[in-house]
Amino acid sequence: MTRFTSLVGTAILGLSALAGGASAEPITGAGATFPAPVYAKWGEAAKAAIGVELNYQAIGSGGGQNQVINRTVDFGASDAPMAEDKLKSANLVQFPTVMGGVVPIVNIPGVKDDALKLTGEILADIYMGRITKWNDPRIAAINPGIALPRIAIAPAYRADGSGTTFVFTSYLAAISPDWKAKVGAATSVRWLAGNGARGNDGVAATVRQVRGGIGYVESAYATQNKLSATQLRNRAGHFVTPSRASFVAAAESGDWSANPGFAVSLIDTAGEAAWPIVSATFILLPRDSEDPARAADVVKFFEWAYANGDTIATDLEYVALPAKVKDAVRAVWRAEIKH
Amino acid sequence: MRCAQSGAPKSSTDVAGVPLNPDCTNLDRTVPDIAAPAPTARPARRSRAVSGDTIYAAATTTAGVFVLLLLGAIIASLFIGGWPALRAFGPGFIFDTEWDPVQEVFGAGVSIYGTLLTSIMALVLAVPLAFGIAFYLTELAPAWLRRPVGTAIELLAAVPSIIFGMWGFYVIVPLMAQTIQPAVIDTFVDIPLLEDFFAGPPFGTGLFTAALILAVMVLPFIAATMRDVFLTVPAVFKESAYGVGATTWEVMRSIVVPYTRAAVVGGIMLGLGRALGETMAVTFVIGNTNRIATSLFGPGNTIASIVALEFPESPAGSLKLASLLALGFVLFVISFIVLAISRILLRPRAKG
Repeated sequence: MTRFTSLVGTAILGLSALAGGASAEPITGAGATFPAPVYAKWGEAAKAAIGVELNYQAIGSGGGQNQVINRTVDFGASDAPMAEDKLKSANLVQFPTVMGGVVPIVNIPGVKDDALKLTGEILADIYMGRITKWNDPRIAAINPGIALPRIAIAPAYRADGSGTTFVFTSYLAAISPDWKAKVGAATSVRWLAGNGARGNDGVAATVRQVRGGIGYVESAYATQNKLSATQLRNRAGHFVTPSRASFVAAAESGDWSANPGFAVSLIDTAGEAAWPIVSATFILLPRDSEDPARAADVVKFFEWAYANGDTIATDLEYVALPAKVKDAVRAVWRAEIKH
Repeated sequence: MRCAQSGAPKSSTDVAGVPLNPDCTNLDRTVPDIAAPAPTARPARRSRAVSGDTIYAAATTTAGVFVLLLLGAIIASLFIGGWPALRAFGPGFIFDTEWDPVQEVFGAGVSIYGTLLTSIMALVLAVPLAFGIAFYLTELAPAWLRRPVGTAIELLAAVPSIIFGMWGFYVIVPLMAQTIQPAVIDTFVDIPLLEDFFAGPPFGTGLFTAALILAVMVLPFIAATMRDVFLTVPAVFKESAYGVGATTWEVMRSIVVPYTRAAVVGGIMLGLGRALGETMAVTFVIGNTNRIATSLFGPGNTIASIVALEFPESPAGSLKLASLLALGFVLFVISFIVLAISRILLRPRAKG
């Protein structure tokens, strides 16, 4: 009996100790995997700088949306912007944090890194199974001076639902009416050709392993792993190489004010030097947080990140937001979040 | 007052035969009296033992029933979660080969096909090998070797499936993609008919690679079961056969296998059960396409792998999520049937 009582007593003591220690609780977020590395670094730096600790779980954009709608986390993160009516019904504020590009990568024997030129139409036809050989006349026509081998094209795509796929298919749908009608744009689609692999690393490994492979990965991943990218023709008609400069050019030519929730499309923008497949990643924040102190911590965290986080983001190969976008977001925070 | 209330419903003695205090006196001392080393102590201890038995029985019954409830709850929640998809697509959900997240058309055909095909191919590869291992271990191997080989087989079963997946993706797939398939493709590149047959990019992944990995994974289960049931054959049967001049193979074919046939099939079904539900290893190597492949080397998908891949990006309340849960329900039913059959076949033999 006494032993039992003391056990219960210990348990209660333990619990109360836990509850007592929870006053400086970290803010919680869940969602997109694409920005997870930069959120992790921001979390470390913000803990040291302003004492706000972040617990971010990269469970995927769809999962992040679900969790913030159910209010099980303080904020959700999503690569694809949430639709306006859904934002309204879930009473969420949406704003972007960083941007990145999506880059086609290839493995063609005898072709130098970043030398191959492609267009959106050709990419769409490759992924629809209409262009099946690398020496196809349409590819050869825009690549004079490159000896393209007669080998099969092996398209690889993300088998797991992902924001990267959403961005890539949005681009193909924007360029090719056929793609829009037959496949469409989503986090996972009905692919007409190729093989699926898991994650950026799976796609990259497939391209590396398969002769004639082509895939698409996030720019940060492509840069860090020194993958052989391709050039793409942008709307202005120039062939551009994926680089920070061409991503920034795309961000600057986007119209950020036009859409609610900053759901701007940076796909195929009109800028002269713009890379055509660029997108922002978004945070979803409840307007009606049950715990205003925590909501305030979340805003404090992102205010700090906007002011001080650009270097960290750039080091990780992300593209920081233009200053005018940040100002617009700050205005939204002041107006719409209770804290 | 309090005393009268508590004492009233009972007679003047409690269960242990200790007199209660009908006059409400000396209440504080009653309890110590029971525990005291008095003549009443022994019955009191037995009473405690009885109540301990009761509590223990209740606890274990609860645990047992809880498992059943849990199983029922899982089936029910999968079915309820998948109901919107089953209602929207009807029985055609099982056979429809379309899986289009953009148009919200979902069918389980490709993944059911891939699940069954890879599992059965895995068995075709694994069963002969497992039979050989079990045969060797029970009849041919020298005694000192039986233990280490048997242990090695059991250890193979303990390797986490993700390890098999990575091994498949980084060792087997490149071997297929870079050596075997390009060689075949280049050999037939200018021969009209064969060129088409072997055409296409050498991905290395696909149904065959998945079946290969699965075969290695189910091998220990089948081999261990076979070895165990082969050992149950009474020695007198075998000795009699040897006595009339039968060879080892004849004893195996005419005595051991007929005697253990049902249990052997049960062990194979156990392996099939594992192959059906395998997720990570298959996801790495199957190619993950939602199209029916005509070639054995073509890519495909399985139920477990499509659920694992698509689940994180399925918004709550969407038809896609419902379809994934419905797929889970289908897999549950298939696995349940397979394991039920294996249980029935693995029942200890009746005398005979």
